[in-house]
Amino acid sequence: MRFGENGLINFEEMAAIILFAIGFTTLLFNRNLIKKIIGMNIMDTGVYLFLASMGFIFDREAPIITDGVTDADRYINPIPSGLVLTGIVVSVSVTALMLSLTVRLYEKYRTLNLDEIYMLSHNRGGKP
Amino acid sequence: MIDFIRNFPFFSIILSLCCAVTTFVLPKKPARILSLSLFGVCMALSGATLLRNLYTGEGFVYRMGHFDAPFGNEIAAGLLEPACALLFGTVLFCSVLAGKERLLTDIAPGKERFYYIMADLAHVALLALCYTNDIFTGYVFVEICTLSSAGLLMIRGTGKSLAAATRYMIFSLIGSGLFLLGVIFLYGITGHLLFPQLHETVAEIHAAGTYAVPLLISAALMTGGLAVKSGLFPFHFWMPDTYGTATPSSSGILSGVISKAYIFLLLKVIYRVLGTDVYFATGAQNILYLFGVCGIVIGSLSAIRQTRLSRMVAYSSAAQIGYIYMGIGLGSAAGITASFFQIFAHALTKPLLFLSGAKLRAASGGSDAFRDLRGAAHRDRGAGLAFAVGSLSMIGLPIFAGFIPKLLFALAAMDSYGKAIPTLVVLAVSTILNVIYFLHTVITIYLPVNTQPQLSRRRPDAAFLVGALLLVVINVAIGMHSQPITSLIEQGLSLFAD
Amino acid sequence: MNMKMIKARLAAWWRGEEDLTEELYGSPRPEEAPAVPDTPLPRLHSTFVIAHTELRAFRWLYAVLSAVFCLIIIGTMLYAVTYMPPYGSADTPTINEVFDRYVEQGMAETGAVNTVAGMILDYRAFDTLGESFVLFTATCTVIILMKDDPDLKKKKHPYFVDYRYDPIVHSIGSLLIPVLLVFGAYILFNGHLSPGGGFSGGAVIGSALMLYAMIFGEERATRVISERVIQTVVLCALGFYALSKSYSFFTGANHLTSIIGPGTPGNIFSAGLILPLNVAVGCVVACTMYTFYILFKRGRLS
Repeated sequence: MRFGENGLINFEEMAAIILFAIGFTTLLFNRNLIKKIIGMNIMDTGVYLFLASMGFIFDREAPIITDGVTDADRYINPIPSGLVLTGIVVSVSVTALMLSLTVRLYEKYRTLNLDEIYMLSHNRGGKP
Repeated sequence: MIDFIRNFPFFSIILSLCCAVTTFVLPKKPARILSLSLFGVCMALSGATLLRNLYTGEGFVYRMGHFDAPFGNEIAAGLLEPACALLFGTVLFCSVLAGKERLLTDIAPGKERFYYIMADLAHVALLALCYTNDIFTGYVFVEICTLSSAGLLMIRGTGKSLAAATRYMIFSLIGSGLFLLGVIFLYGITGHLLFPQLHETVAEIHAAGTYAVPLLISAALMTGGLAVKSGLFPFHFWMPDTYGTATPSSSGILSGVISKAYIFLLLKVIYRVLGTDVYFATGAQNILYLFGVCGIVIGSLSAIRQTRLSRMVAYSSAAQIGYIYMGIGLGSAAGITASFFQIFAHALTKPLLFLSGAKLRAASGGSDAFRDLRGAAHRDRGAGLAFAVGSLSMIGLPIFAGFIPKLLFALAAMDSYGKAIPTLVVLAVSTILNVIYFLHTVITIYLPVNTQPQLSRRRPDAAFLVGALLLVVINVAIGMHSQPITSLIEQGLSLFAD
Repeated sequence: MNMKMIKARLAAWWRGEEDLTEELYGSPRPEEAPAVPDTPLPRLHSTFVIAHTELRAFRWLYAVLSAVFCLIIIGTMLYAVTYMPPYGSADTPTINEVFDRYVEQGMAETGAVNTVAGMILDYRAFDTLGESFVLFTATCTVIILMKDDPDLKKKKHPYFVDYRYDPIVHSIGSLLIPVLLVFGAYILFNGHLSPGGGFSGGAVIGSALMLYAMIFGEERATRVISERVIQTVVLCALGFYALSKSYSFFTGANHLTSIIGPGTPGNIFSAGLILPLNVAVGCVVACTMYTFYILFKRGRLS
C-alpha cells in the first residue's frame, strides 16, 4: 500500500477525519443517549471542518468584497462556506430532535442507556 | 402547453412546501383534506410530466433561478423521475387515506395536524429526491426525509415507538454522515455539485487515473450511507421495531416509499454522477450483491420466526430491500430494471400489508399474534382480501405485481457471469420461505371462526376500502400489463445514462 | 467574616453542602412550590436486573469493537486523504469556473457584497429553501414530542435553575437583552454586506428571547410571545420565503425578466431578495430557538 503525496500537507483534513471517526464510533457504539448525541455533534463538526478545509487557500481573504475589487486571486472559495452553513443548520435541527427524544425516553424509563430502554420497553415498559 | 408542463415538477415541490406551512395553523380536519388533495394534485402534476416526457421522448432540466447549470441549482425530469414521483404520491395518498381510523386513535388530541405536516414534508422530500439534479440539494432533502419520517414514527408517543424512533434516527444519522462525507470527497476532487458537471469531471478523473482513491472512497461512502438509511441487511435491525410500533400509515409510508427514495437517489448517483462504468469498475456492486442476498435469506428466516403479524411483515421488508440491492449488484442494465420494478411492486404491496394487517389486528381484539388472528378475515372481509392480495403479490404469484421482478431478476441473472446460480438459488429459496410465512398467515386469517364468539364482525371502513382498493387495482394492473412499465423503465434508464 | 471563614464557606458551597444564597444575596428566595425531587429509578424490578447483568457482558465487546472500528475508519479515510488535493493551495479542482464566477461576477449579478450570502440565497437558493424547511421540520417534531407531554405535565420541572430571583443574572440580563436585539437586527439587515445573515442573526435574536424568558419567567414570556404569535410569524416568514423564491425560480426558469433587480451593491437596500429573505429566515430561526427553549423548559407554548 502506497500513500499519496499530500499526506503531510493535508493536516487539517486529517484532523477532520479523526474527529469524524471519533464521533462516528461514539454515535454507533456508545450506549448512553446523551453521549451518542455528543458523538453525533463531533461527527458533524468533523464533516464541516473537512468541508471548510476544502475551501481554504493560504494568504487569501474571506469572500466579502468590501472595496469593490473582484479579483478571483484575492478570495477563498465561498462554496464550502455556504455548504457548511447549511450543514450546521441541519445538525442543530437533528440535535434538537434527538435531545427531545432523550428527554421523553428519560421521563418514561429513567435511564439514558439505550439497551436498558430497549429491554424495558419490550419486556414490561411501553404503557400502551 | 408542452413547454409549460416543464414547470410541473417545480410546482409540485413548492405546493407541498406551502401546504406544509399552511397546515401549521389549520385544525385537524382541513389539515387532512388539504394533505390528501395535495397528494392528489401532485399525482396529477407528476402524471402530466410523465406523459409529456413520454410524448416528446426526452427529459428536461429545469433551472431553479436565473443562473445556468454549474452556477445555480437545477432539477431534472426524465421518465423515471416523474414515474417515481407519481408512485410515491400514490402510495402516500393511499396510506394516509386508508390509515384514518388508526390515526384518530393513535395520535394525541391536538397533534393531528402535525401528522399531516410531517406527511407533507415527507412528500416534499420525496419529490425533491426524485427530481434533484444537484447532489447537495439531495443531501438537504435526505435530511428533511429523515426528520419527517422520525416525526411520522414517534407521533404515537408510546415508549416503544419513541425507542424505535431513536434507533431509527441513530441509523439514519450514521447514514447521512457517511453520505455527506462522500459528497464532500467528491466535491473536493471535482469542484462541482451538479450531476451533469460531476459526471463529466468524474469521467475525466477516471480516465486520467488521478484521485482514484478518493473517488473510490467517495463512491463507497455514498453507497454505504444510502444503504444504511434504506435498511440493507446488516443495518436492518431498526426495521421490525420501527415498522411494528408506528401507526400503520407511517409504517406504510416508511417501508413503502421513504426507503425507496434513498435507493432511487443511490441509483441516480450511480447513473448520473459516477456513471455505470466507473461505478461498476470499483466493484462496489459485488458487495451490494452479497449483502442483498444475505438480506433476502436472513430477512425471510427472521420473518418466519416471528409470532406477530406486524413484525413478520416488517422483517419481510428487509428481505424485499435485499432484492433491490441484489438487482443493483448484478451490475447490468437488466438487473437494475428488475430492481426498479421491485421498487414499484414493493412500494405498492407493503403499505397494503401494513394497513390491512392493522385492520385485522383491530378485528382480533387488538392483538396481532397469530393465535389471535384466526378467522380475522371473516370479521373484516375487506382487510382480509387486501391482505391476501398483498401476500400473494409478495410471494410472487403471476397476475400480481410481485411476480414480475422475480422473473426479471431470474432473466437478468442468466446474463451475469458467476452470479447466475446463486441468484436463482436465492430466488427459489426466498420464494419458498415467502410461501411459508405469507401463506401460513393467509390460511390463519381465513380459518373458520368458532373460537372467539365475543369478537363481532367489524363495520366496513370506507376510507380504508378506497385506499386499499386503489393499491390493489394498481398492483394487479401492473402485474397484468408489465410490458409498458418494463419498457418505461428501460427507456428511463437510457435517458438516465445520457 | 474573616478570610479563613470565607474560604471555608466557599469550599462548603463548592461541595454543595450549604446554601449560601441568603448570605450572598441578602434576601431569601421567595417560597416557590417545592420542586418535586427527582424520583429515583425504580431499579428493583426483575427485568431491569436481568437486563443489567446481560448488558454487562456486552460492555467489553462494545469497547473492543468500537476501538477497532474507529481505527479502521481513521486508517481508510486517512489513506484517502493523502490522495486529496493539497490543502490551502489555489491549484485544486475546487478552484474552477464556478468559483471564478461567484467571486468575479457575484456582486454584479446578485448585488450582495458578501459572496457567501449571494451564493446561498441567490445562486443556490433551492438548497437554502430546503434548509429553512429542515428547521421547520425540526420545530414540528420537537413540538410533537414535548408539547403537553403527559409524562412531563405532572411534575414541576426540577432540572432547571430558576434565575428569576438571581440578582446578577437579572440585572446583567436586562442590560443585555436590548443590546442583543439590536445586534441581532444589525446582523440580519447587514447579511448581504458583511459576515452574518439570517441564521446567525436569528440565533442572536433567539438567544435574547431565551434570556427574556429566563429572567422574567416563562409565564410572562409566553404571554408576550404566545403560540399564536409564533405560528403567525413562522407562517408569514416561511410563506413569504417560499412564495418570493418561487417567483424568482419561475421567472428564472422561463427566462422572464424578474422585477427584482440586484440594486446598487453596498447599499443597505440592495441585493434584491437577499435582504428580505435574511429577515424572514432570521424570524424563523429566532422563533425556532425560542420554541425549543420554552418547550424543553415548560412543555407548553402558552
